[in-house]
Amino acid sequence: MLEIKGLTATIEDKIILKGIDLVVPDGEIHAIMGPNGAGKSTLSYVLSGRDGYEVTGGSVLFDGQDLLAMEPEARAAAGVFLAFQYPVELPGVGNANFIRTAVNAVRKARGEPEMDTVAFLKEARAAIKRLSMPEDMLKRNVNVGFSGGEKKRNEILQMALLQPRLALLDETDSGLDIDALRIVADGVNAARGPNFSALVITHYQRLLDHIVPDRVHVLAGGRIVRSGGPELALELEAHGYAGLEAA
Amino acid sequence: MAAITETRETIDRLAESGYQYGFETAIDMDFAPKGLNEDIVRLISAKKQEPEWLLEWRLKAYRAWLTMADPAWARIVHPRIDYQDLHYYAAPRAPAPKSLDEVDPALLEMYEKLGIPLNERASLAGVAVDAVFDSVSVATTFRDSLAKVGVIFCSISEAVREHPELVRKYLGSVVPAGDNYYAALNSAVFSDGSFVYIPQGVRCPMELSTYFRINARNTGQFERTLIIAEAGASVSYLEGCTAPMRDENQLHAAVVELVAHDEASIKYSTVQNWYPGDADGKGGIYNFVTKRGACRGAKSKISWTQVETGSAITWKYPSCILQGEGSSGSFYSVALTNHRQQADTGTKMIHLAPNTTSTIVSKGISAGHSNNTYRGLVRIMPKARHARNFTQCDSLLIGDQCGAHTVPYIECRNQSAKVEHEATTSKIADDQLFYCRSRGLSEEDSVGLLVNGFCREVLKELPMEFAVEAQKLLAVSLEGSVG
Ligand SMILES: Nc1ncnc2c1ncn2[C@@H]1O[C@H](COP(=O)(O)OP(=O)(O)OP(=O)(O)O)[C@@H](O)[C@H]1O
Ligand SMILES: [Mg+2]
Repeated sequence: MLEIKGLTATIEDKIILKGIDLVVPDGEIHAIMGPNGAGKSTLSYVLSGRDGYEVTGGSVLFDGQDLLAMEPEARAAAGVFLAFQYPVELPGVGNANFIRTAVNAVRKARGEPEMDTVAFLKEARAAIKRLSMPEDMLKRNVNVGFSGGEKKRNEILQMALLQPRLALLDETDSGLDIDALRIVADGVNAARGPNFSALVITHYQRLLDHIVPDRVHVLAGGRIVRSGGPELALELEAHGYAGLEAA
Repeated sequence: MAAITETRETIDRLAESGYQYGFETAIDMDFAPKGLNEDIVRLISAKKQEPEWLLEWRLKAYRAWLTMADPAWARIVHPRIDYQDLHYYAAPRAPAPKSLDEVDPALLEMYEKLGIPLNERASLAGVAVDAVFDSVSVATTFRDSLAKVGVIFCSISEAVREHPELVRKYLGSVVPAGDNYYAALNSAVFSDGSFVYIPQGVRCPMELSTYFRINARNTGQFERTLIIAEAGASVSYLEGCTAPMRDENQLHAAVVELVAHDEASIKYSTVQNWYPGDADGKGGIYNFVTKRGACRGAKSKISWTQVETGSAITWKYPSCILQGEGSSGSFYSVALTNHRQQADTGTKMIHLAPNTTSTIVSKGISAGHSNNTYRGLVRIMPKARHARNFTQCDSLLIGDQCGAHTVPYIECRNQSAKVEHEATTSKIADDQLFYCRSRGLSEEDSVGLLVNGFCREVLKELPMEFAVEAQKLLAVSLEGSVG
């Protein structure tokens, strides 16, 4: 369970998060919507421990642990996964090697046995098939020369193989064609279960047709200004964010 | 990539020692008195029971050396070396072993500790090893199986005795005795090294490897390696090196000569891990080495691959002289410097004949307070019609206290030649580091992974087993450079 209380954060002395309160129980998927620049990515970075963001107040507990006190890699080991809004290119680093190294780092931190190359490749190939990704995506360098949609699918591939307990999906639907959108949604739905929860950041209701959220929150001006059921997304689609920021 | 997690473990293991290979081995040694003069040169030659012509060759080199000065053009600084304060000969006192069974168990154990088993059954599959201890060859494995196909792989002292005609014909034919200050010194006092001869048309059936170990104190190390590939022959050769941790600097001035005849190919790989000195720059090896290959025959090929992580100072420019029509030379290099290390390294590609090609890929990684210079010469001579060179020099900076420099020299005297040069300088980006860490990799492992990615084009040139070693070495050498 993720429990965020009164979270405030700044970047370069600019206050971005102004007191976030949010609880995501195990097994639930929550959507976060909100205008550009509202602080959605900032929230996902603060939760995953990126340098440069200063937490000035509040707390974040994940399964009762103080998430904010942990290094990014320790958060990953605890089961937090961030699908980046802009996935990063790693020249010269093979995708299969990268993901296997990550999987084994996380397994090791959890005291689980490491996965050998053969076992890993078997799982990776199966996941690739489910995600309708070309098989050479495993051989290529991480995100280098990937199309926008391929990069997003590669994030979901990593999620599938890392099997996180909490996924933060930052606009994973942006830039996807309709088929890819369905594939990505299927990837998230496949992970659904009592031990998986997710924060799905999106601008579009259409993703939520495929990943039906338990709750929808509106983040505007650094605060959660409204929360509701799946119908809230439809309402936002119809009326926009006008007036919400002041609320 | 298990290598990365293994690297992590290695780093943990190393946390105390810093340098895994820093131990010393107690062996009864025979030393020449300190100092250098003609008598010492005569003594070395006599100890090795050399023929008169070789003694004369050494003396000529010594006299040439006396008239020379050490090179001042490299971007390296070090206190003056007192050449009279060194021993020029140190060898295990026991007589040279006739077979592996006779090798001093203490030596076998030391190589075992370094991960180089000399027992043939236990050794790496398909790799024959010549083990050189303080510049004296102590054992060469798989000689019999190699002899069956006519390959000669032995110490150069032995080659002088058993194959004098070959040694006399080729020694100094690529790197003349008076070529440069350190090469002249080496020619005067070299003690041992490896000799390889691949007869016409033979593909050497296994990797050949020399493992250099410096052990003795206050002793200059001067190995000489000579590799000859006759027409149509091919060989892949790898050199590895380590030394104990010592507070004083130690001089290592080796010479390597390669000769490739028609359509022959020689691939020479180095994983250089001499003791680099401590974090404050105390101690470490001065690695002043001359390596040169002659592509004598048409369509011959010489390829140098080096991963340089060790030594306090590296001064080294493995080069190719492209004499045969259509011959090609390549140089793939990773030079990593950390703490106070200095590297001034690169290559020379001398195009003498038509249609010769050369490729240079240099990856320099600087961390800590280190200085890393790529220095490369591409010279196209008037007869080298349609010669081609491609050079790519990439520098990666870790931290802001280090220096990276690229010094390319291009001399083109034939208009039909094509010379391309690309250079980049980059840093490990914060977002790359965070991306890796958010996936569960520690900061050090992330840097290791990114650095290995940066070096990929070079590492893939190494024989498999050594590529894995090299990857570990890169990560370990960066220990303490991040965070
Ligand atoms: N490094 C930075 N320096 C200064 N301001 C920054 C920095 N990073 C983010 N910001 C600012 O923080 C605010 C929140 O950015 P954030 O990326 O979290 O928005 P977002 O809600 O994800 O927007 P979008 O929907 O466009 O992705 C923006 O005004 C942005 O300009
Ligand atoms: Mg965003």
